[in-house]
Amino acid sequence: MAEVSLSEVSISYRGTDGSEYPAVREIDLHLPAGRFVSVVGPTGCGKSTLLNAVAGLLRPTTGEVRIDGAPLRGLNDRAGYLFQQDALLPWKTVLENVELGLRLRGVPQAERVERATELVRRVGLAGFERSYPHQLSGGMRRRTAVAQTWIVDPDILLMDEPFGALDVQTRQIMENELLRLWAGSGKTVLFVTHDLDEAISLSDEVVLLSAGPGSRVVGRYPVELPRPRDLLNIRTEPAFSESYARIWADLREEVMTSYERSTAQPVD
Amino acid sequence: MLVRSAQLLLALVLLVVWEVGAGTGLIDPFFFSQPSAIAQQVITWVVEGTIFEHLRVTLIEALLALVIGTAAGLGIGFLLARVELLAEILDPYIKVLNSLPRVVLAPIFLLWFGLGIWSKVAFGVTLVFFIVFFNTYQGVREVNRVLVDNARMLGAKESQLVRHVFLPSALSWIFSSLHVSVGFAIVGAVVGEYLGSSAGVGFLISQAEGVFDTTAVFAGMVVLSIVVLVIDAAVHRIERYLLRWRPTGAVDTGAN
Repeated sequence: MAEVSLSEVSISYRGTDGSEYPAVREIDLHLPAGRFVSVVGPTGCGKSTLLNAVAGLLRPTTGEVRIDGAPLRGLNDRAGYLFQQDALLPWKTVLENVELGLRLRGVPQAERVERATELVRRVGLAGFERSYPHQLSGGMRRRTAVAQTWIVDPDILLMDEPFGALDVQTRQIMENELLRLWAGSGKTVLFVTHDLDEAISLSDEVVLLSAGPGSRVVGRYPVELPRPRDLLNIRTEPAFSESYARIWADLREEVMTSYERSTAQPVD
Repeated sequence: MLVRSAQLLLALVLLVVWEVGAGTGLIDPFFFSQPSAIAQQVITWVVEGTIFEHLRVTLIEALLALVIGTAAGLGIGFLLARVELLAEILDPYIKVLNSLPRVVLAPIFLLWFGLGIWSKVAFGVTLVFFIVFFNTYQGVREVNRVLVDNARMLGAKESQLVRHVFLPSALSWIFSSLHVSVGFAIVGAVVGEYLGSSAGVGFLISQAEGVFDTTAVFAGMVVLSIVVLVIDAAVHRIERYLLRWRPTGAVDTGAN
């Protein structure tokens, strides 16, 4: 169990010409232990930047990330990160990829093979242990990535549009499975997406970021849907539509702002 | 099937024209020899067994050049890819060395290392080294940032990153240039022998040339071609096994 809090976190990128591009500005965010929080916002609003800061891959320009009250220094070793892009090692098989985290920690081979095999089975890839990533479909590669992150049992899960590249059906199935895996695990989740549907159906709370540059938090919306949830039917529930309407009203504004900015100065 | 037949037919036509031409005096056998004579020479070498000693010397030289050149290229390529400053300092020197026509080094190597195998090995190393060096450098530099970040988030320390991410990426580049490296190692050995030696296929050819024995020159070329073809097929097998994790036909080193 881990609690994550960001206080006045601002992050700027320095361009090659020395100019500064502010990605996010003065972000205050609090994730109680075991809570599933989604961050939504228009394209280019610094959502991934925020995840990288919590992962410790990026140091905030100002402000601080705290894990259980202690300021984060260097890489966040209590966090697992599911990247948006494919991050499996192409030269390792499914099983080798999944057991990598244990291997890096010096777990004996017999034990790590046993645990990895079990996890591969749980994500529905039994029989594909010896396949290489290029032999799998996009959905299967994602399952492998989920297992790879899951095996080291991180207290915090960071996910950057993890199912964005999948087709709609596969995506819903994966979301459902993610919730099943997560339920009762006590893991704190920070989930980034631009898909409001996905954010509401998965989370306890949705955080809305404003259009970039210099995005800030413009709203926080608790989602009052009971768990366990059945994602395949959840979209027809009144509480879902109500949340959706409420958040979309604000999100739409940011999306329009973002769109106008991107058409006004064609930099993106 | 059609292509195969056409290829065979073409070879047959060329050989017959050559043979008949040389027989009727249309082609001067002194300069061009004759296929039947060349075949005769190859068979004689094989039956007498003289060719095998020469082949052995050439192949040992090529193998040593390949191993030493690969090891050096891998080590230095890795170092320069990971230590940016060193790469910047050495950049002009590497460019100069690589643009040097390698043949001009042969006389110097003969002086330094003598007429034995080591001057040929050194010559082959200069050819193999740069191929492996550039591929390693590229392979390490162009590893996808996400692969590195992912491995780090999973708990990889610097040495473990090398072991699980950078080295496999570099090796995939090196393996896919193995054909070229092997070819260059053999070229290095033969050219080195040709310029001064007491054994090897290159020596054999240069000896024959010295007494205007075109038949033996051609026979030497035939033997060399056959050996290179066999080695190439073996390399192809090895490469396919080592790079079995790759999608067939595509070049994916995790660089994109």
